[in-house]
Amino acid sequence: MNLFCVGLSHHTADVETRERFAGHAETDGILRGAGCTEALLLTTCNRVEVYAASEKRVSTDEIARCLVRNIENDRSEYAPPFYRYEDEKCVQHLFRVASGLDSMVVGESEILGQAKKAYESARASGVAGPCLHRLFQRAFRVAKQVRTHTEITRGSVSVGSVAVDLAQRIFGQLSSCKVLVLGAGETSERTARALVSRGVTDLRVSNRSSDRAQELAQLVGGRAVRFDEWPQQCREIDILITSTSSETPLLTPKMLAPMLRNRVDRPLFVIDIAVPRDVEPSVNEMHGVYLYDIDSLQSVAEQSLALRRQQITAAEAIIAEHVADFGKSISDKLNCKAPSAERRALGETPLHTSEL
Amino acid sequence: MDRQLLIVSTLCFLAAIGRTIVSLRAGIFRPGQFNFLAIGLGFIFQTAFLSIRGHALGRCPLTNLFEVFIFLAWSVALIYMLVGPAYRLSLMGAFTAPLVVLLQGFALIAPIDTRHPVKLPANPWLEFHASISLVAYGAFALACIAGVMYLVQERQLKTHQLHSIFSHLPPLTDLFAAITRLLWWGFALYTLGLVSGFFVGQPLPYVQVVCASGVWLLYAAILQGRHLRRLAPKHVAALCIVGFSAALALLWGITFTAQMQSLP
Repeated sequence: MNLFCVGLSHHTADVETRERFAGHAETDGILRGAGCTEALLLTTCNRVEVYAASEKRVSTDEIARCLVRNIENDRSEYAPPFYRYEDEKCVQHLFRVASGLDSMVVGESEILGQAKKAYESARASGVAGPCLHRLFQRAFRVAKQVRTHTEITRGSVSVGSVAVDLAQRIFGQLSSCKVLVLGAGETSERTARALVSRGVTDLRVSNRSSDRAQELAQLVGGRAVRFDEWPQQCREIDILITSTSSETPLLTPKMLAPMLRNRVDRPLFVIDIAVPRDVEPSVNEMHGVYLYDIDSLQSVAEQSLALRRQQITAAEAIIAEHVADFGKSISDKLNCKAPSAERRALGETPLHTSEL
Repeated sequence: MDRQLLIVSTLCFLAAIGRTIVSLRAGIFRPGQFNFLAIGLGFIFQTAFLSIRGHALGRCPLTNLFEVFIFLAWSVALIYMLVGPAYRLSLMGAFTAPLVVLLQGFALIAPIDTRHPVKLPANPWLEFHASISLVAYGAFALACIAGVMYLVQERQLKTHQLHSIFSHLPPLTDLFAAITRLLWWGFALYTLGLVSGFFVGQPLPYVQVVCASGVWLLYAAILQGRHLRRLAPKHVAALCIVGFSAALALLWGITFTAQMQSLP
């Protein structure tokens, strides 16, 4: 039995090409017709990959033809953007993908959920058999081990998650924190949503346009406050997210000083995502005030990414160990005489669904 | 025999430090149960040592500088075990173990385990005064450690450098709550120790009384400043370090004076 993977990803193809080869409803059947004994299609926004097992070699071109979305209008040469991994290389590639090492954002964990979903779908439709079952179950185990034994998922890598991470480093539990969103931009909405997802319940939104404030407040489950009231609100809140289009700073040390007088042991976390900035940088020098602008949030995100990249070697070592072990254990089983019997057994046991 | 127990105890604390260093060097630090278990084991051996020494002396083992250091290290470990699960699972253990190793290591190496020429008579008030004061010192030591952690975390957040080896420190508000709690416990115990000192039935050296009252006043001022919200948390954290340094200097002075007086 030949185990292989054919695909394209953000490393090899642009988004248009990935769209062209994203597969369709009949892909599974066509792959079978092309000679794949078992096949699994993994499609995400950053990759399209087919993992397959076959008795005879199935060419990359054939796989590409199975993936193309509109074959009538697409007669171009498919092979160049595709990569192909066979046997051990295929196993290693899947383990790297599932562990997030091949992702655009190294260490992201969404890919593991997508791989599980793809496996479950292939298993349910009967195109994934014992070979792919073993391969994917091992891949899920490897991904879990990599995440547990390295710091590949450490730190936050987006502005919203960095802000939430920082808020937790200042306040711990966010459920009792009061948040004011000043200006109803897209990034502030995302940040507010991230905070709400971590337990914030008291969220106030203030905007020059009260309609937009109402709208955002409804979207994130907060309440709108009038724009001229925001300085009073600053006395009560713990976190301020500001993203107005003001040309001059709205918050200065002089303005903030009287507000801080009665809150000496309560920190204030200010997230300024406006360009030009809404808060004077010298505010960060005040006791108990922690100011982060868009650049500093991005710099924290980059620090996290750099740290994650440092963990790649440790993750690769875990993967190499599993690849060698898997190669040994699968070599006999891949050449099993009665795969259909094993497949029946696979369908009968409830373990495989529960493992997901 | 009793010194061997102390060496084993020190090794346990060293294991906690070793584990922390290995984890930090590998870039992976997940505060776990290992530090707590290692410190717990070290604490058991410390307790066994103090118990054997106490039986041999027929009184609380606080008769020389060596025993004072060990009792102080025991108090630090005791308070660490008591401060609550939130702090056990943080880097608190990684900060506590080096302090204990420093105290015990110094006590074991320095020639300070001198026996009194005459067997000291038992004085329950004196023993109570000394032991309760040292447990208060343990609380102040932990407040000092939490203060250091607070300042490190605060500095990281202010300078936007968040990925140092100390990126697993607890949140600022939790640390400040821990500092406040430890200060109150330490202050209450220290007050008890100070008051009980007046009942020991011996004339108290004037300088010692003044210095001890000075340390008491310093901690009272920190707590008052905290209570009235006149002091920023950062200043409270810094003052915890100053307070413990002063308390440690006083402890040294008291023990040194007592040893000088006991010499023939």
